[in-house]
Amino acid sequence: MYRYDEFDHDFVKARVAEFSDQVARRLAGEITEDQFRPLRLMNGVYLQLHAYMLRIAVPYGTLNSKQLRMLGHIARKYDKGYGHFTTRQNIQFNWPALSDIPAILADLASVEMHAIQTSGNCIRNVTADHFAGAAADEVADPRPYAEILRQWSSVHPEFSFLPRKFKIAVTGAERDRAAIQTHDIGLHLKKNAAGELGFAVYVGGGQGRTPMVAKKIRDFLPEADLLSYCTAILRVYNLYGRRDNKFKARIKILVHETGVEEITRQVEAEWQELKDAELRLPEEDIRAIDAYFAPPALVDRPEGDEAVKLARLDSKSFSEWLDQNVVTHRHPDYAAVTISLKGIGETPGDASDSQMEAVADIAEKYSFDELRVSHEQNLILPHVARADLKAVYDALVDIGLATANSNLISDIISCPGLDYCALATARSIPVAQEISRRFASLERQREIGELKLKISGCINACGHHHVGHIGILGVEKKGAELYQVTLGGSADENTSVGEIIGRGFSSEEITDAIEQIVETYLGLRLDRNERFIDAYRRVGPAPFKEALYAGETKAA
Amino acid sequence: MKVLTANRLADGIAVWYANGGWAEIIDHADIAHDKAAEDRLEAIGAKASADNEVVDVNLIDVTVVNGTVEAVRLREKIRAAGPTTRHDLGKQARPQAARAA
Repeated sequence: MYRYDEFDHDFVKARVAEFSDQVARRLAGEITEDQFRPLRLMNGVYLQLHAYMLRIAVPYGTLNSKQLRMLGHIARKYDKGYGHFTTRQNIQFNWPALSDIPAILADLASVEMHAIQTSGNCIRNVTADHFAGAAADEVADPRPYAEILRQWSSVHPEFSFLPRKFKIAVTGAERDRAAIQTHDIGLHLKKNAAGELGFAVYVGGGQGRTPMVAKKIRDFLPEADLLSYCTAILRVYNLYGRRDNKFKARIKILVHETGVEEITRQVEAEWQELKDAELRLPEEDIRAIDAYFAPPALVDRPEGDEAVKLARLDSKSFSEWLDQNVVTHRHPDYAAVTISLKGIGETPGDASDSQMEAVADIAEKYSFDELRVSHEQNLILPHVARADLKAVYDALVDIGLATANSNLISDIISCPGLDYCALATARSIPVAQEISRRFASLERQREIGELKLKISGCINACGHHHVGHIGILGVEKKGAELYQVTLGGSADENTSVGEIIGRGFSSEEITDAIEQIVETYLGLRLDRNERFIDAYRRVGPAPFKEALYAGETKAA
Repeated sequence: MKVLTANRLADGIAVWYANGGWAEIIDHADIAHDKAAEDRLEAIGAKASADNEVVDVNLIDVTVVNGTVEAVRLREKIRAAGPTTRHDLGKQARPQAARAA
């Protein structure tokens, strides 16, 4: 994976020193909160309900063992023994003292990590397919391009004060696991007929109060033109994006109001001015970054098939975990493993200090020191020899992280909601926990099949509810929590925004309503192979409305 | 009825104004029963903010139950108690402290 060069080290070190000085001056009363707020936000420090919150960047979701161990150390030493992995592939700590944050940032810098640009109206952490570099179905690892974008966008003077925040996601596979069409820029790395690498470019996706699916503005952009083309997009946005209304300031609104043809024309015109200048990526520079992401030397381990077969016979729970949480690797003797942070009744995305340390040990021993954070709030071991899967499973059982529910109904995305967040209007975590408990039976979950359930505690949609097969949005109505349900959303290569099914449900009613929706689906699906999302797209909302609200209509 | 709340500058911990200082629990916060008292609390909050003791100062609605101050809105109940999903964290982790939900 990418290693800091001298410039990176000096840059992060200088930023730690600068922010440490700013914190010291704030604590001494030399600068006001109004002066300090934008400075702390540029360094990932928010103020939440109970305390400050520190959001740490995990570039394109890639970590090594030393880094995860450091996150565990920070959780223990400076926080309350746990951290929360987010839908941006980052990690948040919920309780740090402002006075400790300089020390935390210094600790992070020692393992090549930081919290820069995890807030503010700038280009945020670039996200990527969590199976990047391991997936059997990708044309190439998308992370070198994410790294190039990271270097280009870090304290970019022209793009540090955009109309609003800006998020870029990259995938290298046809099957989109990075939700690229819900981002300001989505990049799909692909090959053209000549076998050259380039990108399909999507612009103007986003969630929040106005969800939009991104529009494809270019089918194939040669890799050398990545930065010039992104610069052209950002320039058009920076010039014309609305600064008069925060709620209309994202590029999705600009694309929507301007029209995709006109935006494309503007971007292409801007790009003509840039494409043959200094932003053109030299081939040797791309390959140099590529080299940082060179795959580990995967020696053949053909004994894996037999080992897995025997272990399956020996343990039903291992067999179930294998079916659910282990996916095909580009090397047939290896697999990529999803470590579910969605234990039944647990907080989605939370991991304790000791779990982080134990997972780091497992990654070091069995996954070439590599880990990923998924936007679905799980951890990934990208390169595990099939022969070692049982040992990995046993180690995960020991730390309570072997729940075999990847992509099932209890693999819920949930934002922190009103239990932590100052913006939230309702709680999310308790809803996730209750639904998880209701569907605790793995047998029942497997019978239901793939079902993406996503919960947000406010309209900002950090919990991705718009693109959940079932989405839940918590709002406050007349002083109480109310949960709106959307159906039919999806964040893959066929991205769609879910539709509100009807009136909302109280916190006492919501789990029953979800169960009713699931039972309705089970009753109408063609067969077990028809997933919830496919069935919904076939039949539409009517049967679900009928199941949820028919009694009311009759009563009225 | 309103009380004055904020977060302490140095550690961000939620605090409530009580007996001339900032208490870490809401239970015995100074209550404003009328507009004049609210104005007084607001002035105290503005000064504490200017003096860099606290940030994010707000007046919030409360009731009194068995002689103890309780926040009205769920958001403020959670600030006063801690996450409803982790009873071992926040103010509710103290002996005999109340939970939000």
